[in-house]
Amino acid sequence: MPDYQWPDPAHRTLIGKRTPRVDSPEKVSGQARYTYDVKRPGMLYGKMVRSPYAHCKIVSIDTSAAEKMPGVKAIEIVQKPGATIPWAGDEVVGVAAIDEATAEDAARAIQVKYQKLPHLVSDAEPPAGAAENQGPLSLDDLGDMLQNQVPERQIVALIQEYGISFKPTEEDIKEAKDEGVPDSVIEAARNATVHPEAANKTKSNYIKAATQSQGDVDKAFAEADAASEGFYGAPVIVHCCMEAHGSTSEWTDPDHLFVHMSTQNVSGIAGQMAEPLKLPAANIRVHQDHVGGGFGSKFSPDRWGIVTAQLSKKADGKPVRMMLERDSELEVAGARPSAYARVKVGAKKDGTLVAWQSHSWGTGGPGGGGMPPIPYCFSIPNQHKEHTAIRNNIGPARAWRAPNHPQACVLTMSALDDLAAKLNMDPYEFFLKNLELTRLSKIYRDEFPIAAEMMGWKEKWHPRGQNISGNIARGVGLSLHTWGGRGHASDCDLSIHPDGSVDIKMGTQDIGTGTRTCIAVVAADALGLQATDIKLYIGDTLYPPSGGSGGSTTPGGVSSSTRRAVVDARDALFAKVAPALNVQPDDLEARDGSVRVKSDPSRSLSWKEACSKIGATPITSHGHNDQAAAKNKPDLTNSGVGGVQMAEVAVDTETGIVKVTKMVAVQDCGLVIDPKMAESSVLGALVMGISYSLFEEKIMDPTTGRMLNADMEFYRLAGLNDIPELKVHMMTGPGYDERGVIGLGEPPVISSGAAISNAVANAIGVRVGVIPLTPAKVLAALNQTQKAGA
Amino acid sequence: MRAFDYVSPTSTRQAANLLSSTWGNTEILAGGTDLLALMKEDVVTPKRLVNIKEIADLRGVKSDSSGLRIGSLTTLAEVAEDAGVREKYPAFAEAVREAASPQIRNMATVGGNLCQRPRCWYFRNGLGLLPKDESGKELVEEGDNRYHAILGNDGPARFVSPSTIVPVLIAYGAKVRLEGPKGKRELPLEKFYVIPKTDRDREHDLLPNEIVTEVVIPAANGWKVAHYEIRQKAAFDWPLAVAAVALKMDGSSVQAARVVLGHVAPTPWPSPQAEAALKGQPANEDSAKKAADAALANAKPLSQNAYKVQLARVAVKRAILKAAGGAA
Amino acid sequence: MHDDESVLKTPEEPMEERSGVSRRDFLKISTIAAAVPVVSGPKMVLAAGEQVPVRGPGKVPMTFNVNGKAYKASLEPRVTLLDALRDSLDITGAKRVCDKAECGACTVLLDDKPVYACSMLAIEGQGKKITTVEALMENGKLHPIQQAFVDNDASQCGFCTPGFVVACKAMLDKHPDPTPDDLLHELSGNICRCGTYAGIRGAIAQAARKGA
Repeated sequence: MPDYQWPDPAHRTLIGKRTPRVDSPEKVSGQARYTYDVKRPGMLYGKMVRSPYAHCKIVSIDTSAAEKMPGVKAIEIVQKPGATIPWAGDEVVGVAAIDEATAEDAARAIQVKYQKLPHLVSDAEPPAGAAENQGPLSLDDLGDMLQNQVPERQIVALIQEYGISFKPTEEDIKEAKDEGVPDSVIEAARNATVHPEAANKTKSNYIKAATQSQGDVDKAFAEADAASEGFYGAPVIVHCCMEAHGSTSEWTDPDHLFVHMSTQNVSGIAGQMAEPLKLPAANIRVHQDHVGGGFGSKFSPDRWGIVTAQLSKKADGKPVRMMLERDSELEVAGARPSAYARVKVGAKKDGTLVAWQSHSWGTGGPGGGGMPPIPYCFSIPNQHKEHTAIRNNIGPARAWRAPNHPQACVLTMSALDDLAAKLNMDPYEFFLKNLELTRLSKIYRDEFPIAAEMMGWKEKWHPRGQNISGNIARGVGLSLHTWGGRGHASDCDLSIHPDGSVDIKMGTQDIGTGTRTCIAVVAADALGLQATDIKLYIGDTLYPPSGGSGGSTTPGGVSSSTRRAVVDARDALFAKVAPALNVQPDDLEARDGSVRVKSDPSRSLSWKEACSKIGATPITSHGHNDQAAAKNKPDLTNSGVGGVQMAEVAVDTETGIVKVTKMVAVQDCGLVIDPKMAESSVLGALVMGISYSLFEEKIMDPTTGRMLNADMEFYRLAGLNDIPELKVHMMTGPGYDERGVIGLGEPPVISSGAAISNAVANAIGVRVGVIPLTPAKVLAALNQTQKAGA
Repeated sequence: MRAFDYVSPTSTRQAANLLSSTWGNTEILAGGTDLLALMKEDVVTPKRLVNIKEIADLRGVKSDSSGLRIGSLTTLAEVAEDAGVREKYPAFAEAVREAASPQIRNMATVGGNLCQRPRCWYFRNGLGLLPKDESGKELVEEGDNRYHAILGNDGPARFVSPSTIVPVLIAYGAKVRLEGPKGKRELPLEKFYVIPKTDRDREHDLLPNEIVTEVVIPAANGWKVAHYEIRQKAAFDWPLAVAAVALKMDGSSVQAARVVLGHVAPTPWPSPQAEAALKGQPANEDSAKKAADAALANAKPLSQNAYKVQLARVAVKRAILKAAGGAA
Repeated sequence: MHDDESVLKTPEEPMEERSGVSRRDFLKISTIAAAVPVVSGPKMVLAAGEQVPVRGPGKVPMTFNVNGKAYKASLEPRVTLLDALRDSLDITGAKRVCDKAECGACTVLLDDKPVYACSMLAIEGQGKKITTVEALMENGKLHPIQQAFVDNDASQCGFCTPGFVVACKAMLDKHPDPTPDDLLHELSGNICRCGTYAGIRGAIAQAARKGA
């Protein structure tokens, strides 16, 4: 039986050591090729005509002038007259031409008439009594919910309560399965009561999305020693990937499509393009070398990706490149739903949490969205929660790094921090006191003192508003978070060649998280080689499939499939080499570029010599990691990580400008394959966290319904000089390593908002409830206390 | 970007001749950092670009009896690194160094900085400088005006004047020189900015075929000048408020003052009220606060920008204290 | 829709490579050249008593000096330097992100100074020395700032990295031992979304020590 288990520390050669990112040299030298850089012979350039209105009906489309323009090769009407447009920037007509300028001229020459409809782009608190019951769910409702990452449980509960307004066909169900819709949702829809009459009913902008109770909340508040009430929130923000969404498509023959796409989901794209293009998925090849950021927004080919392929078809199969313009990238290619809540939370004198009550609301665009998982991390015994989903015209929501968690974290940890202040408790003690209400108390207990030491919490914390010198108020805040991160399904083909070269083929992608490095380290570790000795072929549907890079599932998936493949290949190599060294295969080990006898390392063959024993045909092996833990024997990946973050801020009380002066993160992710990559992921998440805490907000104009800051000027992203000292500690060693590999993309971005907001409250003595913590909001909060104090 | 033709005159006279006498047909291309963005957004759609970068006379910093003469094509980086500017006009050098990013400072010119168009997001979204919807509803007033004007904002103009270096130039008493088909003229820099009342008006006192040729800064002898910006990000961010202050001291009291605010009104905003409040006073926290209050006494915030009143006050106060504490 | 493909094939051969061309290469060049319609000299317009050439709005022959090589292309005046580099010369290190002078991903050196290639026209880039990230490597060896980026893991997705590398190089050329104030003013023009700033700071410190 091959020993797939992760090696113990004594037998790791690279795992857990600081291996440099294997594709760094390509990236720093400009050699790395991204989808945006792909130039195919005879390539045409695509442009999209987009709706200027947030809600409207297409009345007519006239493409005649564009058709007559020299150099215009294809025009594709995306939405026909009569179609209703649900947000500004939605796709209407695609065009392809011989160069970008011509495509732009053609797009401008296309005349579209619209009939404006009333729109809503606000996500302000719903008027009292405005929220209506969900009613029977349409196919679109379900699609929106899934897109918005509404928890499976909530969707199933709504289907069971209200039924559905359509009769699901076998084809619908098959398609849903292909798209990865959870079985429980499909099953609920199959068994649901069908109310066809509800299909045409206009739904309110405000939907009662969830009402949940547990315990006796009134009694618990009555018996609590202290209660704190507050209003908290996080607005809609966008992904703003540096590389815009887009693709280059070409028909290599009438039945075969070749797509270069900027995606987090190489293996999952063909299946999604098959149905709209009426083409077997097997006939679609998808390729990507590098991707310039995704953060959860690049799992689908998107409508523009389909249109690009259609334009290519109309242009006799010529390659068509269509990358989104920056404004569209911010308007339509990804947004994180907002979440706001009025929260009341109660505790005993000693800090023990007893009761939680919240009225929350938020929007993920036309789909509305679900209730974020509040109270976050802490399972408070008595709870009552109501959530209203706002269905509006701001554009579609997408998974944004740790979907729903950062918002839930802000709502929860701000409220708990306010309650701690009310109890005159150091939040450090308050959070520790309640750790038993979390599922990972042991991990947090390990992490809290480390974080406190790194921050200097004991020296820096003071009761609220008591460290003000001149106009600078200083404070510290903390938060904790959790995430799953089990490895996804992944397949790995590995070959050891007679000349000693090793290659791996896997249909995964490296979205900047170090996936290439992770695979190379796992393979090289088992073979006693260096990471750069492994030749990697990834990012192509020609290679065995591997899951999309979302939900921190990639490291667990690719490391597990690679480990299985490399152990099998190594064992096969040992079998070939053993006779030459007069030992049994089990007596061999691969270390330091050699294959040697464990008990007598002086008896060895160099790696090259060892591989020369393979014979003419390379050794090949295949490793598979299954989504289902039970099918992996042994299971090399795991789920459920904990992290703690602390922030220190300096607030200018005259201007309301917040500077983060230090941040620390202590994070667990099971067995760390490469601490250098892991730390970079956490550091990057802290930067992103500072950015969304201080600056980011998708700003919509109420009158025109358009996004006003669809640029990188007023959609502010933190710059190098906005980032202070950042300290990261990865939990490793006993208690962590043996859990197996767990993903890390999401968790460290969750706590930053709450930690920074709590630090600001500690500094200025008053809560700024809604991030980003802009001068306007900080000054408003300060002025309120001044008034209240006067 | 729409197609255009491109000419590169070698003299200001040629350039003026190549420019149309009506707005909209031609644009002057200097640094291009603002113009190209406006053209890509279809906010301006010239049929001809007149590239003036081949006009050698417009480049460089010269010193003569009238003070410092900065050719309009001098880049911001050249100004920030000019020894004469740094020595004699340090507050100006500082404002220039704080402007935008190094890449922009290497491209953008002083003339272009003076003539750049407002950053109002309605304007940049193609909804007009005095934006209204089809029903005549004023978009800024009804919409998101967090970055808009708090002074001089009776309407319909409610954008803020974008230059971060003009307030300090005005505080130094700078003049701008223009050349057009009808000849040359010079005007105090503050007069170069006007509040447009109709869609036909521009925010500059500039004819479509006039070219900014030079900025002249008189000798700053005896003036202590400071520039202060409040920005949310540490760098490469538009300020929320700017103040520039020049003080002439008579012993420990202020003999004369110039106070100019930026990013608060559709033009750079000199404040005679603040100047009067400072006159005869010592330059200290108390007088600076009073002057700041005076500067903002007439502020009328829109629905979402009341915080800017506070920020502008702080900017004025801090600029006064910085000027009082600093060298000329 | 007209098929006018022939008009659009532009000669993009590096001119330097024309010296010592093989016969085969020569034929290739000739074929391409023959496919290009004869570009007549520019129109002239009288201004202040002198004739001034008017270029465009159609394609104009242009020449560029990029990374020490001469290139020519036939482009409309409205094409930016960035798009000319990427789409016509296939030099794709500089990236198109914001496309309006806000993010720095397109940073190149123009006569050794960092500029945003998205915000100048290709036609303006003629007669200037243009340097992109591709030219920083020498003899297959990374430039010290590039090596420092590798050592400090200063790239994640890597899309902003070429612009950052060029901006850092320019800053270090100007301030070999940069202070925090130099970073504030001289490295403010680039944005990274993955959040590699800690790595970039480390890279600058390393390269500065080496006197890059």
